[in-house]
Amino acid sequence: MDGQGQDFKWIGKRTVRPDGVDKVTGRANFGADFSLPGMLVGKVLRSTHPHARILSIDTEKAHALPGVKAVITAADLPDIPSEEAHFGEDPTDFRHVSHNVMARDKALYDGHVVAAVAATSESIADEALGLIEVNYEVLPHVLDVEEAMKPGAPLVLEDLITGGVTPTPKDPSNIAKRVQFDLGDTEAGFKKANMVVERRFTTKPVHQGYIEPHAVVASTSEDGHTLVWCSSQGHFMIRAACAKLLGLDVSQLRVMPAEIGGGFGGKITVYLEPLAVLLSRKTGRPVKMVMTREEVFRGTGPTSGTVMTVKIGATKKGQITAAEATLAYQAGAFPGSPVGLGCMTAFAPYDLENVKTVGFDVVVNRPKATAYRAPGAPLAAFAAESVLDELAKALDIEPLELREKNAAKEGTKAPYGPRFGPIGYVETLQAVRDHPHYSAPLGPNQGRGIASGFWMNFGGQSSAVVNVNEDGTVVVTLGHPDIGGSRASMALMAAEVLGIDIAKVRPIIGDTHTIGFSDITGGSKVTFASGMAVVEAAGDVVAQLRERTAMIWEVEAEGVVWEDGHALPASTNVGEFEPLSLAQIAAMAAKIGGPISGRASINAKGAGPGFGTHICDVEVDRETGRVVVLRYTAVQDAGRAIHPAYVEGQLQGGAAQGIGWALNEEYVYGDDGRLQNPGFLDYRMPVASDLPMIDTVIVEVPNPNHPFGVRGVGEVPIVPPLAAVANAVENAIGVRMADLPMSPPHILAALEDKA
Amino acid sequence: MTKHHVSTTINGEPAEFLCEPQQTLLDVLRDELNLTGSKEGCSSGDCGACSVIMDGRVACACLALGVEAEGRSIETIEGMAEGETLHPLQRLFLEEAALQCGYCTPGFLVAAKALLDRKPDPTETEVRFWLAGNLCRCTGYDKIVRAVLSAAAEMRG
Repeated sequence: MDGQGQDFKWIGKRTVRPDGVDKVTGRANFGADFSLPGMLVGKVLRSTHPHARILSIDTEKAHALPGVKAVITAADLPDIPSEEAHFGEDPTDFRHVSHNVMARDKALYDGHVVAAVAATSESIADEALGLIEVNYEVLPHVLDVEEAMKPGAPLVLEDLITGGVTPTPKDPSNIAKRVQFDLGDTEAGFKKANMVVERRFTTKPVHQGYIEPHAVVASTSEDGHTLVWCSSQGHFMIRAACAKLLGLDVSQLRVMPAEIGGGFGGKITVYLEPLAVLLSRKTGRPVKMVMTREEVFRGTGPTSGTVMTVKIGATKKGQITAAEATLAYQAGAFPGSPVGLGCMTAFAPYDLENVKTVGFDVVVNRPKATAYRAPGAPLAAFAAESVLDELAKALDIEPLELREKNAAKEGTKAPYGPRFGPIGYVETLQAVRDHPHYSAPLGPNQGRGIASGFWMNFGGQSSAVVNVNEDGTVVVTLGHPDIGGSRASMALMAAEVLGIDIAKVRPIIGDTHTIGFSDITGGSKVTFASGMAVVEAAGDVVAQLRERTAMIWEVEAEGVVWEDGHALPASTNVGEFEPLSLAQIAAMAAKIGGPISGRASINAKGAGPGFGTHICDVEVDRETGRVVVLRYTAVQDAGRAIHPAYVEGQLQGGAAQGIGWALNEEYVYGDDGRLQNPGFLDYRMPVASDLPMIDTVIVEVPNPNHPFGVRGVGEVPIVPPLAAVANAVENAIGVRMADLPMSPPHILAALEDKA
Repeated sequence: MTKHHVSTTINGEPAEFLCEPQQTLLDVLRDELNLTGSKEGCSSGDCGACSVIMDGRVACACLALGVEAEGRSIETIEGMAEGETLHPLQRLFLEEAALQCGYCTPGFLVAAKALLDRKPDPTETEVRFWLAGNLCRCTGYDKIVRAVLSAAAEMRG
């Protein structure tokens, strides 16, 4: 398993996370847990129309209410020009971000913010919202992606010209962008096929479903500097967006990262933060804003609903000759669905000669789609992996064998361009074949499905500082919010490099003024990129420790080596010296060169692609249509599991989210364009009694570009479950479910159609 | 608005506060008493992040009013450890990595404690159904359920 022949002291240990005690005692401070004296409560007014022109907003009565300190509308924000913004995995536009934070001219979805207030209490703020008079001209709306693509559909953005097509269209439409990825010649490929399967799929928008609603406190000093406390997936992102949207210098904003109660991509952009900063700047007082759950559903996230067609052809022996996908993704009210990523990932697990994927990014009168864990990929994989299963059935080949025959391996050219380096897809398939789950017997109305998933994983900008304290303990300062235990893996990597006990290492997340720029926590980048920065910063410390030792011993630095937490002479030629521990050198540092501090600011390249394969058993109740997941196994190549328990946790959590997406979760809109299920009762996420234990197998094919072989692991596990569940349902009842969710009414309808 | 004076017991200690009649127990705990360990996830009793134990029964603090605390005994996450000694549930949640973001964790711990107070030997199914009122979006519940079963076994000795 150990491709790099490394023998580790700390890597791979299941240590207790450094932030753990605070999280089991209630001490940990999340976004809404922070307060300041004299703090005001900020609240927003949201449109209940899915599409309406804002003719006027009268805030006079709200202003006049005692206790109201400020009322703002889009007129209070600068009307900024278009400018590409790089927050997460896909670029967006600061102008669109601004218009999403506060509607300008038109309200574009039910839940779109049109005004905000700051008042001395929550009840006064609520009363003030009721006194704001918005004069709307209600416009026809469009929710469905195919309807929105038709000529004559209501135009969500009146100046939107489709990108990615030649010639450039003259007239605006709701199609923001067309993307295409080609490899080989699919037409020729399909001619070589003995069997071709084509099917259309639809899915509904689903929400990331983090349990912590968005929350922020902003406090502005008389010198124009604003402190912001909030939970997000990137405090540098919050700073950049607030500065851009409000026309401030970046250095005027200091953003403190609160603990974050889940994000899954949903917290890689701003909603309340610029408004809280503006309200605080207007009032000169701290302002706290916290969303309700209803606001989270109506105003943030979700990921795209889709219409997708996938076509795959193969020879009798199961060699895939061509694969095509056409994907139309809802972007919500502004461009930027993850359809490009869907196109890139759809067939990535396979070594194919002929591939064509076409994607459409389509605006509709829904909340702006935000990244959700491997954005775009679970949807495309749902369609592709379902068709693969159908193809296997038509060819009378075991679905696992069809995947084995066509599996991508080192040297395979990915459908989106690059050639894969060492990857572990084949190893995940072998682990599935070897797992007792794969050959366990099934009962009546039970079925088993498998499906695979891919995510390219990201690197990016990352900073770390390692400070050695005078007693030999170490503080590691990091730049990415810790969303799921990354401080634990960073501490392990630092301890490994320094050769000291993990108990001596204290990792913290620095704020935007105390640590170098770091990208968002997203793209499965943190253990990879932040880990590289930590390894480099700790290596910087080791170099300094060797130099200090050389000064003490009066030898050349090259004559000192660092082993197991101690400085040793490199050879007997250097001289006879007693080993010096890190703590001994730290105690003398003041006299020999001053403080010991290592740092690294990097742009990490070479993220290793990740592959996973899941096995799912279900039982279908033919009377009620309820699908119960009986057994579930998630297999994934982690490259190297720094903290295996948290890798397993990622696999289990991703599987559970995918199962919810497959079986229950959906945004339900009425004909009036209003969201009908903005709460956890009606938007049903899996609870403990819905799920079995989720078994995990971690495969380790090291990523040669990371010092310890790390691949990102967070996103892959949500890619296979949608198809794994659908394939299991088909195996159980002989019905191919092409529309998500596979909720009881849909299962019953499908069973009736079959009968 | 006239505030009500409430005398209650929180984590074994007498407590008094003033609250508005419409303020929830969760708002009082978080905003008036600075006990922010109980979290708000939904305000509708669907997520369990605000779970507290009221007179021995697990309850969503977002569904109780502050004034209902009068004369009652309330246990919150802040009272679960004894000094520096963590409750076995707290320790096993850490040792078995039963949390990722940690936002739902206080609610799960309080609800699990209420279960083990009542039933020291629950089955996996009983743990799953007892905790069905608590939402976790990170873990898939596997490690949470295992940690609760481990704590139950340890506490039985």
